[in-house]
Amino acid sequence: MSPITRGFRRREPSGDDSRLPPGQHLVGGFPVLSAGPTPHTPLDQWTFTIDGMIDEPLRWTWEELRALPAEPVRCDIHCVTSWSKLDTEWEGVSLDTLLDGVATEADYVTAWCDGGYTTNLPIEDVTDGRAWVAFGYDGRPLEPEHGGPARLLVPHLYLWKSAKWVRGITLRPDNEPGFWEALGYHQRGDPWQEQRYWGD
Amino acid sequence: MAGAALLGRLTPPPALRWQIARVVSVRAETPRAITLALDVPEWPGHRAGQHVDVRLTAEDGYRAQRSYSIASPPLASVLEITVERLEDGEVSPWLAREAEPGDELELRGPIGGYFVWEPARGGPLLLIAGGSGLVPLMGIERLRRAATPELASTLLVSARSPEELIYAEELEGAVVTYTREPPPGWTGYARRVDRAMLAEVAPPPEQRPHCYVCGPTSFVEVVAEALVALGHHRALIKTERFGATGG
Repeated sequence: MSPITRGFRRREPSGDDSRLPPGQHLVGGFPVLSAGPTPHTPLDQWTFTIDGMIDEPLRWTWEELRALPAEPVRCDIHCVTSWSKLDTEWEGVSLDTLLDGVATEADYVTAWCDGGYTTNLPIEDVTDGRAWVAFGYDGRPLEPEHGGPARLLVPHLYLWKSAKWVRGITLRPDNEPGFWEALGYHQRGDPWQEQRYWGD
Repeated sequence: MAGAALLGRLTPPPALRWQIARVVSVRAETPRAITLALDVPEWPGHRAGQHVDVRLTAEDGYRAQRSYSIASPPLASVLEITVERLEDGEVSPWLAREAEPGDELELRGPIGGYFVWEPARGGPLLLIAGGSGLVPLMGIERLRRAATPELASTLLVSARSPEELIYAEELEGAVVTYTREPPPGWTGYARRVDRAMLAEVAPPPEQRPHCYVCGPTSFVEVVAEALVALGHHRALIKTERFGATGG
């Protein structure tokens, strides 16, 4: 049982909180959280790679990625630091498109990024219309501080799984902890189950 | 596929449980910020730079939680957090205005294993704070002063005015810049932190200082990019950002 906090009252609800996972609150802005300096890779040196448990690694240049069919994605996003933002609008290429025709026995992927960040995900969490390589936000190119030129977007999991500055995914047999997952954060990070930290 | 070692590594460590924390004292830092000293009976200890989640429960059962940086160094007898009241906040106004000794709240932690410093990591240290971003950096600086006072540390603090400067009595030797209202007769920096200021204040990149930058997003972006431009090693620049998290 949580103790009642003397005199604490809820603030006027600022929107529809039926869409808020437990322990989350709504924000209007788009807070930024990252562990180091923002990388700035020139687009002519940018590639996206799928490697690991695949016969031949796949690689796209920026222009090749942008030539693939892109989708608008409207979703709610949830940060483990307890803010959520509803109805965000993104544009990106579905991982299904990138993995189309790939035969793999992988059960997990590790996303890797400029700046050295990594995050691990079960392959079911990045397929079947649940994950994108996103390069547009709110009708504009994705800002570097929010992960531009491109970030992973996996909106059904806490936002640290939506790796900023993503450059590739490695198909893996095992669930190797990524950057935050090795530092105390949950391996899967489902906001509706409030999987914030180890053991949640 | 999964060997014993792998299984062992993936066995989840004990959960971070919510604990009852009792407010021991409330200290005003500025008109908008207070430091709460908390008695947490089963506190497992923490590393300088980590944070906690705090949860408040209303009479109708409504609960709200937010993250706050730990200000006290490891091994201090009580856990301290410094909280700045956000005008449109929900949790911070209660903590900063209502909390009194004897009040109970819920807390879990410590959280975060990246933006941390331990004496074994050595130095020199370069700590750069914007506003209440000073809180985790003071946790680091207090540890350095207690454990390895001989280790060089540069602390650069950006505040709007003297009135808004937290921990002022502990900032002797720190470089302070006032961005809005410097005190009368002030001869120090009176502008936002920029590359030229960092070039003057920071140890040279060849000394490979461990850089910790904490503050609002725009502050952190500018400072981290300037450090990179000055030749500081990206891997040695750790950042933590206080966005509009609705506190």
